[in-house]
Amino acid sequence: MTAADQLAQYLASGLVVGGVYALIGLGFVIVYSVTRVINFAQGEFVMLGALLMVTFESRGLGAWAAFALTIACVAALGALLERAAVHPIANAPGLTILIVTIGASIALRGGALVVWGTDPFALPAFSAGPPLHFLGATIVRQGIWVLGVAAAVFAGLWFFFTRTYPGTAVRGCAINARAARLMGIPVERMWLLAFALSGALGAVAGAVIAPITYATYDMGLMLGLKGFVAAVLGGLVSPPGAIAGGFLLGVLESLSAGFLSSGYKDAVAFVVLIVIGLVQAAGWLPWRVAEEGET
Amino acid sequence: MTPGRRWALLAAAAVLIGAAGGMVRSTYVLGMLIFIALNGMAALGLSLVMGFAGQVSLGQAAFYAIGAYVSGVLTASYGWNGWLSVAAAVLAGAVSAFLVGLPVFRLSGLLLAMATLGFGIIVYYVLVNWSAVTGGPSGLTGIPPLAVGGFRFDTDARMLWLAWGCLLAVLGLAGNVVDSRIGRALRALHGSPAAAEAAGIATTKLKLGVFAVAGATTALAGALYAHYLTFINPSPFGFAFSVELVVMVVLGGTASLWGGVLGAAVVVLLAEGIRSLLPLLSASHAAAEYEIVVFGLVLMTFMILLPGGLAGLARRAA
Repeated sequence: MTAADQLAQYLASGLVVGGVYALIGLGFVIVYSVTRVINFAQGEFVMLGALLMVTFESRGLGAWAAFALTIACVAALGALLERAAVHPIANAPGLTILIVTIGASIALRGGALVVWGTDPFALPAFSAGPPLHFLGATIVRQGIWVLGVAAAVFAGLWFFFTRTYPGTAVRGCAINARAARLMGIPVERMWLLAFALSGALGAVAGAVIAPITYATYDMGLMLGLKGFVAAVLGGLVSPPGAIAGGFLLGVLESLSAGFLSSGYKDAVAFVVLIVIGLVQAAGWLPWRVAEEGET
Repeated sequence: MTPGRRWALLAAAAVLIGAAGGMVRSTYVLGMLIFIALNGMAALGLSLVMGFAGQVSLGQAAFYAIGAYVSGVLTASYGWNGWLSVAAAVLAGAVSAFLVGLPVFRLSGLLLAMATLGFGIIVYYVLVNWSAVTGGPSGLTGIPPLAVGGFRFDTDARMLWLAWGCLLAVLGLAGNVVDSRIGRALRALHGSPAAAEAAGIATTKLKLGVFAVAGATTALAGALYAHYLTFINPSPFGFAFSVELVVMVVLGGTASLWGGVLGAAVVVLLAEGIRSLLPLLSASHAAAEYEIVVFGLVLMTFMILLPGGLAGLARRAA
């Protein structure tokens, strides 16, 4: 393999993983822009998406039915989390809400352990066939599915946020909750919608990545943290930023695993996190990472 | 709390712990009490950072790990004297916190939490990957227990005295600091950083100082942990422990020094309580798995019902 082929290979696998990080990052962005809550359970939504998809498919449901049912279940769970745990303390300090979502993520991980045990589950790829070759890189077919589904979700969200009434209302809340309320937008219902959407996004991410990585009860923590880094890379309140951040992080990870050391691959995201902090403090970032309390 | 009352309280606690070390025979109970002291010490440092400097660190486990590994490696691999290596560990904790804080404390709130989160996870990966020094994932064995002359802190009862002795000393010192001019400056900082700055308080220097002190106390707890277990590996020092420490501080209540210790006691007892109660309720073998579900749910319920933490509840009752 030539050096150029190698580079193409790392870029390709980085973009596939990056698509997943972008989906998870979008979940963080939607919840944070509307509610100023960092939802720590976001990674658990991904884990549940992967495991539910495996379960529904192995029960004989078709792939598309299983996919739809998985998304519906996790979206409902996101809504339930908002109603049962976040809503009652909506006025508490950010740290208190953060701890509540941490509690939720611990409980969900434990629940998954009870239901599915510690075994990793394999999911067949969405379509069978040999890997594809493209510009010197080899991509498994599921990689194409990941990128295709991610692109479809991005397009759907763009349409929702810019072309529909509820989407515009969500954006209104994100820009200024008080003004949105004065305009008659039911802000509380938007909180619910944001959590349901982030659950759906997590479920999509989990379902598409399951055939590539195996699904386990404890996969959520790392994926969630990576998605968070992707969101922060893009400024934390910008959906296009989160998408770009996800792809950038995926490629950075893949390149460093290929050219440096695979042992530190997972640390790359956190080096990025520190670097963004420093660069922002020095005022070199062309954009700002949103802080709690800003509107 | 007046200084007199605080020292009286600390002395009473010391007498109680001394008696417990002499009377309690169950190594299970003693082990739990030791872990309350160690976690309490780490949580105390973090509660200074969170409650008084108003900042959140999501990477505090890194300083616990630095304390444990510095003291462990120096004694087990290089044959250093135990106390000297504990001192080196505390120094390493303070210095590394200072170095992390130096660039990071120009950030605030969320960015600081993120940067410390990143630092904590990077330290974890270094412990796993730097096998030549840390022993990698399989860890480091043969760490000697601490000793004074021929008196070795190698039983649970003796370790209890040492751990609680250190905790009470740290509590006393921290209490003095909080009541001093520095403490008032810290409270001003927590109330409003801008106002504190306007009142002539060097806020960045102050936050850095608090962070270094927290790094030192957390590293001290880590070093004692290493000499207590005589074996360390990276797994207890991961992100989960950083989160657990934040939980202890918030559960206990951020606005009080005792809060962190109280929170540590609650978390240790809660985990143990759930572990021993669950098998009674369900005969299945899944008890260990239900444990983390219950822990998460209790944590959520607790925070929803008591946002001010236990210390807040005690203040309301008083």
